[in-house]
Amino acid sequence: MEYVKAFAVGGFICVIGQVILDNTKLTPAHILVTFLMVGVIMGALGIYDPILEFGGAGASVPICGFGNSLSKGAVEGVKTKGLIGAFTGGIEATAAGISGIILFGYIMAIIFNPKTKN
Amino acid sequence: MDKLNKKEYQKFSDKKSPKPKYLKNIVMAFLVGGIICAFGQVIINFLKSLGLDEKAVGAGTSIILVFLGAILTGLGVYDKIGKVGGAGAAIPITGFANAIVSPAMEYKREGFIFGVAAKMFTVAGPVLVYGIGSSVIVGLLSLLFRR
Repeated sequence: MEYVKAFAVGGFICVIGQVILDNTKLTPAHILVTFLMVGVIMGALGIYDPILEFGGAGASVPICGFGNSLSKGAVEGVKTKGLIGAFTGGIEATAAGISGIILFGYIMAIIFNPKTKN
Repeated sequence: MDKLNKKEYQKFSDKKSPKPKYLKNIVMAFLVGGIICAFGQVIINFLKSLGLDEKAVGAGTSIILVFLGAILTGLGVYDKIGKVGGAGAAIPITGFANAIVSPAMEYKREGFIFGVAAKMFTVAGPVLVYGIGSSVIVGLLSLLFRR
């Protein structure tokens, strides 16, 4: 059942993005930043949690889940470390993903060459 | 045909230019995005079954997904998924990895500093600037309004 929920919630979030892509001149990069910011704001207001609870990976895997973790982490950081926590919390919460993406992204870009389009 | 004025030409070209297939795009975005997220749930449940705590599960899932996104982009597979799935492939974190590896590979001939390392952040840069920047602001606001 939780796979169905993850599928439905994740799919639905992507549909919203697809509708925006098809009806505006925005590029996927715009969509990524917009959805990230939506996640940050929803996380700050605490309204992403119910979606996360219901959708599981369907809410955490899309980029808005990344935004949610960032702002959640900053709020959490403030609670435990005060002012410094506001600066460290966001990256702390998402450090694994960011470091992973930088290392693997670099390695893969070095190993592989772009495929010629046919 | 050669007597078309500008307006008529616009009409003509609008009629001829391909319309985006809205319904098909939406269905494919739903399917591809859904499958990627359901697969993420598989990873989450697997890591949970190893007895990891919630934070470690989240971190591990991100690492595995960005690894897969990066290697599939290198192999040229993710671009095919992206062609079919559109936003369904772009919005999950694997699509973020794809947005990093693609331009980095493309610009390799410009060198390892200004080519690969700089171009990695064509899309990731804005995402990190807005994401991290706004997260600090959220933290500061929460400090301000703390009860």
